[in-house]
Amino acid sequence: MTNNDVMVRVEGLRKSYGTVEAVRGVSLDVHRGQVVVVIGPSGCGKSTFLRCVNLLETPSAGTLQVGDRTIDFNAAHTMPRGRDLARFRARIGMVFQQFDLFPHMTALGNVMSGPMIVKKMREQEAEAIARNLLAKVGLTDFTARFPRELSGGQQQRVAIARAMAMEPELMLFDEVTSALDPELVGEVLDVMKELALEGTTMIVVTHEMAFARDVADHVVVMDAGQVVEQGPATEVLLQPKNARTVSFLARFHSTIGDRKS
Amino acid sequence: MAYKWDFGLVLSYANFWLKGLGVTLAYSVGTVLGGLIIGVVLGMLLLSRRKWVTLPIHFYVELFRCTPLLVQIVWFYYALPIVLSVELPAWLAAGLGLTLYMGAFATEIFRGGIISIDKGQWQASRALGMTNGEMMRHIILPQAIKRMVPPFVNQSIIQLKNTSLLYVVAVPDLMYTGSIVVSDTFRPLEVYTSVAAMYFAILYPLTLWAKRMEAKVDQ
Repeated sequence: MTNNDVMVRVEGLRKSYGTVEAVRGVSLDVHRGQVVVVIGPSGCGKSTFLRCVNLLETPSAGTLQVGDRTIDFNAAHTMPRGRDLARFRARIGMVFQQFDLFPHMTALGNVMSGPMIVKKMREQEAEAIARNLLAKVGLTDFTARFPRELSGGQQQRVAIARAMAMEPELMLFDEVTSALDPELVGEVLDVMKELALEGTTMIVVTHEMAFARDVADHVVVMDAGQVVEQGPATEVLLQPKNARTVSFLARFHSTIGDRKS
Repeated sequence: MAYKWDFGLVLSYANFWLKGLGVTLAYSVGTVLGGLIIGVVLGMLLLSRRKWVTLPIHFYVELFRCTPLLVQIVWFYYALPIVLSVELPAWLAAGLGLTLYMGAFATEIFRGGIISIDKGQWQASRALGMTNGEMMRHIILPQAIKRMVPPFVNQSIIQLKNTSLLYVVAVPDLMYTGSIVVSDTFRPLEVYTSVAAMYFAILYPLTLWAKRMEAKVDQ
C-alpha cells in the first residue's frame, strides 16, 4: 500500500501517569478501510492507547498522524487546543464500554446531538441522518425511547449510531461488549461487522476473539504497554510467534478454533 | 395565671406588617438572585485547574460558610466602613452580607452539581467533537441543573429565614417590624407568634414544593 492509504500512523507513542507508564512506545499503521483489532490482557494499556488516538488522553511522547494532521507530542505547540482539538476529535468516532449515552435525550436526540451541536446542522437534516442510522442498527421502533428504557445492547447500538452520525474517517471501539449480558453481545458485534464490510476504518479493542478472527485485517497484541506481536489476523491468532501471545491466547483457543463456515 | 391572648391590637398594624413582609421578601429574592449569580460564576471558575483561580474562591466560600451570618452582617455594617473608609447604609451592608453568604453556599451547590455528572458524559461529548462551551451548554448543565435545584431551593428557604437577622442593623423587615409593634403594644407574645405564623405561611408551601422537586429528580 502507498503512504496515501495510511489513515493513522502512530510512532513511539508513550503515555505515563506520574511514575506509571501505561503505554510504552507503541508504533502502528492503520490503512484506510482497514479493521485493526487490539487484544491483550487487562491493564496492558490497550484502552489507554486507543484514548490517545482521539486525544482523550494526552500522550507524553511520540507522534500521531490522523489523516493529514500530524501531532508531535515532544513539541507542545503541535498539540491542538480548544476548538482545534474539538475539530480533530470530530473526525474520529468513539464508542465506549459503558455506552455513555446522554440520559436527557431520546435515542434520536442522542444520534442528532453530534451533527446539530458540533456541525450546526439544521434539525431536519440531522433528523434524517439519525433516523437512517437508527434503522441501520435495527432500532427503527426505538427512536423515541430514552436510554434508561433501552437494553444494554440497544444502548450500545445507539452509541454506535451517534458516533457514525458525525461521518467519521475513523472509528474507535473500546471494549464495547464488555459491559453487556452475553446474549446481547451478538447484536452489537453484528453492527460492527456490517460497518467493517462497508469499509469503515476501525480500531477495535476487544476480548472477542471470534470477532477478531472473522473481521480483523490486522491484529495487534499488547502486553505491559508495548506491542508484542502484530500481523494478519489468522497469522497472529492461529500461529502466534511470541511467547506472551501464546499464553494470552491459550485461554481463548476453543473460541478461535471454532471457525464459522 | 391565665394569659388573655389578644391578637386584635397586633393585627390592627396591618399596613406596618405588610411593609415588613415586603422588605423580608425583597431581601430574600434579591439576595438569593445575587447569590445565584455569584454561585454560577464562581462555581464555573472552580472547575479550573489553575490554583490561583480556585484558591481565592475556596477561601471566600469557607470564610462565609464558617462564620455566623449575624457576625457577617454586623461586621459589614460596623467594621467595613472603617476598613474602606466609606459609610455603608444599613440596608446595603446587610444586603451585601446576606448576598455573599448565599453566594458561598450557591457556589458549592453549583460546583457539586457539575462534578456529580458522570465522567462518561464528559468523554462522550468530547469524543463527538464538542468544545467545552458546547458540552457545558447541551450536555452537562441540563443534567446538572436538575440536581442543583433541590439543594438550591432548600438554601433559599434558609436564606428567607436568615433575613430576620436584618433587624440587628434596624432594617425594617418582618422581625424588626415585630419589635416596633411590641414597643408600641407591649404584646410580645401575640406579636412574635404572629411573626412566626407569617414566616411559616410563606415557607411551608415552599418546602412542600422543594420536596416534590426532589422526588422528581430522584425518578
